[in-house]
Amino acid sequence: MSDRKIRVLVAKPGLDGHDRGAKVIARMLRDAGMEVVYTGLRQTPQMVAEAALQEDVDVVGLSILSGAHMALVPRIMELMKENDMEDVPVFLGGIIPDDDVPGLKELGVTGVFGPGAHSADIVAAIEEAVTGG
Amino acid sequence: MDELIAKAQAGNRRAIARLITRVENDEEAAKTAVTTLYSQTGQSHIVGITGSPGSGKSTLVNALAKELRRRDLQVGIVAVDPSSPFTGGALLGDRVRMQDLAGDKGIFIRSLASRGSLGGLSRATSAVVKVLAGSGFDVVLVETVGAGQAEVDIANTAHTTLVIEAPGMGDDIQSIKAGILEIADILVVNKGDRPGSNRTVRSLQTMLHLNPEGGTMRHHGRVMQMAKNDDPAYELPEDGWQVPVQRTVATEGDGLPELVDAIQSHWRYLQESGEWLEREKERSRQEIEHLLKARFMSHLQKAVAASEQEAMVTAVAERELDPYTAVDQLFARATLPEVMD
Repeated sequence: MSDRKIRVLVAKPGLDGHDRGAKVIARMLRDAGMEVVYTGLRQTPQMVAEAALQEDVDVVGLSILSGAHMALVPRIMELMKENDMEDVPVFLGGIIPDDDVPGLKELGVTGVFGPGAHSADIVAAIEEAVTGG
Repeated sequence: MDELIAKAQAGNRRAIARLITRVENDEEAAKTAVTTLYSQTGQSHIVGITGSPGSGKSTLVNALAKELRRRDLQVGIVAVDPSSPFTGGALLGDRVRMQDLAGDKGIFIRSLASRGSLGGLSRATSAVVKVLAGSGFDVVLVETVGAGQAEVDIANTAHTTLVIEAPGMGDDIQSIKAGILEIADILVVNKGDRPGSNRTVRSLQTMLHLNPEGGTMRHHGRVMQMAKNDDPAYELPEDGWQVPVQRTVATEGDGLPELVDAIQSHWRYLQESGEWLEREKERSRQEIEHLLKARFMSHLQKAVAASEQEAMVTAVAERELDPYTAVDQLFARATLPEVMD
């Protein structure tokens, strides 16, 4: 199992059309040696949960810039739980106000990375969440 | 593992997904899964989709799956994208084009990274396809990495191979080169609403006509008139399968019913002509050979220490030993009775 690659789903739930950030993250994780499944824009929570299930990913990364994260994230977490995937770490990126972070962590989000986050930190956090968990 | 396989066979999607991960990462798991599922994998129609990057493979797979679902068939999809030769990472972007399929329980999509294989598929693809076939999917669509001219592994995995071309990708000479076009059971000219698509269709048809054994000259009308594809009797000429050229606009769904008709005609042709068994035999032969090679190599690694092998390599490099004698010695060592047990 030594050649086991970390599989990551990078998803853009909700209605904002700005996927530059998600693509930068996807590219960066690819260059860190991970297998990144990118879903594309405007995913419903159901689509995200279903993709995570079919692809059997180790980590889910969500990029949300619409401000709807407090509506989208709980629904995604709920659906992943229904799919028996509550042990899969979820990371969040995009525009997330600091005040919302504690609430999101309470929902089970492992990490939140906004603008200015360093790529090495993101990679390290993902590797730790996967191998440590 | 047995429980996982049983659940996958019963159609549990989480179990199917997990089983695929195991099969992809672990040779022993692949062996167990294939051994258990193999007898039930003969019913699925494996359809390969290959073509150059940007010809519209993923979009066509999306459109094909929708049409197959309309015909009430369960569809498994395996989409392979390339791994980086430098970092081993991969960006698997085929799902982006398959959004229409979300939420349909009759569809299961799995993205695979090629992980260093060069033939357009990954090493584990054939085992992953068997997991889906053994889990009750009627049709398994296998999308290769964007292929150039020689990535023809798909023809050994699929029963029916679609080669996708888009207009404006080269002149007539491209179409008579050896390689990818030769493996097509069905040629698809996608983006058929683009300028130049008539010319692409024509040059492919001309290529088929140039085949002296193809018999297409005698069935001139058939190749030229794609509308005749809806006549099932017409699909079964006595002298073999006539490779049709199908024009599609995958984004709009144009030409998709006709393409699925052609795929199903090919399936009937394989069954009725007995070529199904021939293809399965050829596929099985390749698979056995491939597994046997892998087994022998891993056996060799155990039989002869790495340091000894390295010393032999050095001896060959320094011209103290020639490569044939080196192979003789290694082979003799690996096949000694006491190491064979």
